[in-house]
Amino acid sequence: MEALSIEGTAKTPSVKFDGQEGVIEIKGRSIPENSIEFYKPLVEWLEEYSKSPLVLTQVNVQLEYFNTSSSKCILDVFKKLETIQKGKNDVIINWYYEEDDEDMLEAGEDYESIIRVPFKMIEIVE
Amino acid sequence: MSFDVNEYYSRLNGGDVLMAFKGNISSELISNVLEVVESRMDEYSESSKIRKKVYNVLVESLQNLYHHIEVLPPEMEAVFDERFGILVVSRVDDKYRISTGNFISQEKVDVLRNKIDKINSMGKEELKDMYKFILNHQRLSDKGGGGLGLVDIARKTGNRLEYTFEKYNDVYYFFNLDVYIDFAQ
Repeated sequence: MEALSIEGTAKTPSVKFDGQEGVIEIKGRSIPENSIEFYKPLVEWLEEYSKSPLVLTQVNVQLEYFNTSSSKCILDVFKKLETIQKGKNDVIINWYYEEDDEDMLEAGEDYESIIRVPFKMIEIVE
Repeated sequence: MSFDVNEYYSRLNGGDVLMAFKGNISSELISNVLEVVESRMDEYSESSKIRKKVYNVLVESLQNLYHHIEVLPPEMEAVFDERFGILVVSRVDDKYRISTGNFISQEKVDVLRNKIDKINSMGKEELKDMYKFILNHQRLSDKGGGGLGLVDIARKTGNRLEYTFEKYNDVYYFFNLDVYIDFAQ
């Protein structure tokens, strides 16, 4: 299936969803006033991908900031990944956070406690 | 006697102010404010930890305003703006203070007051549980608001949400919210 690629802006993250490689990346800032519109194509892409996913899907989430409007949409993305995991294909979510950014680490742990997909917390040391 | 919004704004807009604004709260305004405050914090050579906290809390405060602001009737719009709000970011003693203000219909005051009081009565773990519950169970509104903003602010700052409701006229109160972020974390 076709890859999904979106350039980042001051309020929205860059997105690279590659179905051939099974690699999904969300990077940057996610602080739009209304995040539904931005995340809709991401969730739709995953819906399609989940019909025939790779044996292993690697997810890299490296956000500098995200707002509470985005937090629900990110959960929707993760819930789609959970259905892939339930279908006996592996998914791993790599949650990146900058050194000292305890809030971002904690946000990752919140998701980890809600979503039944293995998380790996990765500290970015400058 | 009706609450004097301008006098209140002048009172806030003194001392070590990074950014002050009163008027129409739009998406473009939010982008501009974020850009200005981010560069001002660079001037203070603030640590990345505090900078991020202030930025995060500022985003939520502004977007709370944006999502909840009430469109004012013509006679008030003539004095203020249609989507009128106030924002002042300043440094007070050993804290950053983010103050926001907006008009709120009288019938909504109690619900908001109760919500803030409930948040203020909660400890760190309770706030975490509340956040996760709302995240997992409540849908986003059409405007993209999720009812999580105040809980998130309380969690990230670890401080009480200070607020007042001042009577403006028979229909409207003016809601002021002060959020504090300690310099030392």
